[in-house]
Amino acid sequence: MAMTLHCDIVSAEQSIFSGRAEMLIAAGAAGDLGIMPGHTPLLTELKPGPVRVVLQDGKEEIFYVSSGFLEVQPNVVTVLADSADRAENLDEAAAQEAQREAERAMKDQKSDLDYARATVELAEAAAQLRTLQQLRKKTQ
Amino acid sequence: MAVGKEIRSQIGSIKNTQKITSAMQMVAASKMRKAQDRMAASQPYATEIRKVVGHIAKATPEYKHHYMVERDVKRVGYIIVSTDRGLCGGLNANMFKLALKDIRAWKEKGTEVDFCALGSKANAFFRRYGGNLVAAKTGLGDAPVASDLVGSVKVMLDAYEAGKIDRLFVVFNRFINTMSQKPIVQQLLPLQAVETPEEPRTTTGWDYLYEPEAKQLLDKLLVRYIESQVYQAVVENNACEQSARMVAMKSATDNAGKMIDDLQLVYNKARQAAITQEISEIVGGAAAV
Repeated sequence: MAMTLHCDIVSAEQSIFSGRAEMLIAAGAAGDLGIMPGHTPLLTELKPGPVRVVLQDGKEEIFYVSSGFLEVQPNVVTVLADSADRAENLDEAAAQEAQREAERAMKDQKSDLDYARATVELAEAAAQLRTLQQLRKKTQ
Repeated sequence: MAVGKEIRSQIGSIKNTQKITSAMQMVAASKMRKAQDRMAASQPYATEIRKVVGHIAKATPEYKHHYMVERDVKRVGYIIVSTDRGLCGGLNANMFKLALKDIRAWKEKGTEVDFCALGSKANAFFRRYGGNLVAAKTGLGDAPVASDLVGSVKVMLDAYEAGKIDRLFVVFNRFINTMSQKPIVQQLLPLQAVETPEEPRTTTGWDYLYEPEAKQLLDKLLVRYIESQVYQAVVENNACEQSARMVAMKSATDNAGKMIDDLQLVYNKARQAAITQEISEIVGGAAAV
């Protein structure tokens, strides 16, 4: 049997996933990273994006995380998300709408504050769409 | 009949009180369920972030964040989490007692104390107590929002950063079960290494890889940690409040029932005595004729 590590994904509202996995792939601040058992301790910020968990039987679970933190201990990975959801629960139409909305807001910006918020919203919407793409790839 | 008039009106007024307390009991019971759900929902995040921060405190990082450095204690800060409303038994009183005991211990050592009061009961109490109240927030409601707390928490964190306080505690009621709540004092700053028995670490001198810079990352993470702990304290205290109120109101309703029974007995006896007396008067009068 392959080595596994314990995985906890929690958001501010609830615990999303807890269990053993072979690998966890997340979008870190400095790029995507895959965590396997025995990884050196690591602490990073997460960008909005998909978190993929490869389970023991080779199946994958995909979650959407809107920024947060990732902690790696040799055999434990913890994802502290500001908000998180299962990819299946995402609404594609709403995400596309949010993306368009954010792009429009960036074009006719009134202040720096609006611009900053629009950037964040755009990043989140794009990340949701990316998560959905991955989910489709998995089911195909 | 003139005999039981006062007793009857007394029974009436107790019945009215009983109606109010039993209504309050039912309201608290339904709110309690929601408050407990809220507490359970945010519990995992608070627990996990505490674990992570515990690891950080145990690591030997190249960059020591000022939240991790023990300083000489000249002034300490307390965040006191209380309820907004009363009629919840000894919940607040017990917590203030514990807080004051702690504070007295500090004062004996010549340490000054600052307060941050969350909830109007703590606000009123510490105004009266005459402590140095630096921040207060009341009217958090039944569903507290984390963003409401950020301001008051920031005041305390800024004070810590500026070296005005050297230690920060939060005092709140821990929810054990519906029948019992226990006030506790938890140290927030400086961070304490939590002993986790399931993962003993024998190797020392390890450190994380940080992405991006350690300083940037820890600044964000530790502030988030404090906020989540205070939020959790508020949510937990809210669950305590509702269950304490439910229990208090239930015993008030029961006591009112007991009082009504006792008064009813007195009233019946008095009425019976009056009837007996009347009969014996009539019989006595008839015999005399």
